[in-house]
Amino acid sequence: MATRLLPSAITGLDNLELGPGRPAAERGRLASKAWAALWPKLLAIALVLAVWELVHLTGWKSYVLKGPGTVLARLWQQMQHVALWQVIEVTLKSAVVGYSLALLIGSVIGVLVARIPPLRAAVGSIITGLQTMPSIAWVPFAIIIFGENSSAILFVVVLGAAPSIANGLISGVDYTPPLLLRAGRTMGLRGFSLYRYLVLPASLPAYVAGMKQGWAFAWRSLMAGELVVQIIGQFSIGQQLDIDQQNLDFAGATSMIIVILVIGIVVDTLFTKADLALRRRRGLLDNAV
Amino acid sequence: MSLADRQLAAPGPPALAGSRLAVVQDQRARDAEAAEAAEAALELIDVSKVYGSGGGTLLALDKVSLSVAPGEFVCLIGASGCGKSTLLNLAAGLDTPTSGQVRADGQRVALMFQEPALFPWLTAAKNIEIALRARDAERSGPATWLTGMRKAWAWRNLRAALRARSTRKAQVRARTAELLGTVHLGGFGGKRPHELSGGMRQRVALARALAQDADVLLMDEPFGALDAMTRDLLHEELERICGERTLSVLFVTHNVREAARLGDRVIVLSSRPGRVIEEYTVPRQGQRRIDSAQVAELAAKMTDRLREEMSRHGN
Repeated sequence: MATRLLPSAITGLDNLELGPGRPAAERGRLASKAWAALWPKLLAIALVLAVWELVHLTGWKSYVLKGPGTVLARLWQQMQHVALWQVIEVTLKSAVVGYSLALLIGSVIGVLVARIPPLRAAVGSIITGLQTMPSIAWVPFAIIIFGENSSAILFVVVLGAAPSIANGLISGVDYTPPLLLRAGRTMGLRGFSLYRYLVLPASLPAYVAGMKQGWAFAWRSLMAGELVVQIIGQFSIGQQLDIDQQNLDFAGATSMIIVILVIGIVVDTLFTKADLALRRRRGLLDNAV
Repeated sequence: MSLADRQLAAPGPPALAGSRLAVVQDQRARDAEAAEAAEAALELIDVSKVYGSGGGTLLALDKVSLSVAPGEFVCLIGASGCGKSTLLNLAAGLDTPTSGQVRADGQRVALMFQEPALFPWLTAAKNIEIALRARDAERSGPATWLTGMRKAWAWRNLRAALRARSTRKAQVRARTAELLGTVHLGGFGGKRPHELSGGMRQRVALARALAQDADVLLMDEPFGALDAMTRDLLHEELERICGERTLSVLFVTHNVREAARLGDRVIVLSSRPGRVIEEYTVPRQGQRRIDSAQVAELAAKMTDRLREEMSRHGN
């Protein structure tokens, strides 16, 4: 009797425990959610513009400091011209190439250091040291080695980003839950397959966090490199900024800064989105978020 | 003395055996001998485990001998510090004993924990698939450069290789569905662990253990974190699943009633160091219920024995 009742009792209990499930989000709710995320940002931008306008109105350094209206008009005007987009293209190309290189090098170093204890003892702390080192300090060194060309800039970008990426991967491997390792080993996962099926997926969140930090460092290093390393016949964002500074062109320099900021934020948002998706899949996110 | 009383009587040390129980005990001894003759699925012989070295050593297990016959359900209870987890680690081959022998000749051993220990980034079905694939990989022997070359060589006939691959995939998927059905989770294969309840997760873990085609299932308080109602249902589930195949189980628990409910045999360990101090045999006779008088009586006996053991550490 009891045995016959069992399957339905179990299924019933499962259904009770899972609850009725959340109703699917409606379109209207999605829109209101988007608005909830958007208005604080808009408010912050408005506040910044207001403070800027106030400073401008006080007449402080009025011979160079232009108001937001002038700068934004200048930016809009620049956006109509191909020159701005070419500048952005040059910089983004270096960013993509440099970051990809950093990703490759950082990942390889990360796996090796995480897996080989003597190597970790030898270079583990050096990686952290490199991570905290301001990458602009590498610029003179890079110029000496590579000369004033794009290799020097790439070198600085890689040195800026790779340590963060490697460190993210290493800490991800370190924080693989021991219980999962025990479970994996009893299942017969060993060596490479243990890494492929357990350790690497388990360290993905920390790896992505490292990649996100690595991007921030890469973008910073790239700007530093472009400001200092002058490549003839190839205009980048940093170089444009440098030229604007030499011409005391406040509107031009400020619009470049806005471009730098926007690109940085957009890419960072992509990483944040990836991180959120990852955590949601793993149930590491509060349902309300 | 009622029948139930006699069945519950602990054989324990020979000195305790009453004259009226002698016949039953003899029978039991013969059964035990027969089980041993039939080659134990898992056997620990005089196993000791010492942690640390020099001055700060800790004797976790002291000459523990026990065996689990094929298809037998053995429960292991003891107070804290009885070395239960150490014992399971040794039995699972995750650790080596300081002295003595662990024999699980040719037997596949699977381990289940108090937490389900599912991979949180995979769905329930994929969690089981990984175990299936790991088992297949183990069967085909250790991966060497030679096997890798052979595998690569198989790809020269692309279409055949792809077909073989999809057949394998289909087989794995079918077996996964079957295992999910076994634990009544047929419709939940696509859910991730965090979307399931504790009891459901533990059932996925059970399905994953079954996927390893284990002959011996080691369980480390697998239902300890579940509520009583779910636990009760899972006891019946486990009993049914074990009944469907020849699965030897070594089940560690703190819960004397659970031990009395499930075990064919219950072994009581002392604490610090862990030693076998008592052994109760429970005849299998229809379904037991956790609230039955039979289970309650045996549980009471074990509780008394455990308290006696704990008070030894009290002064």
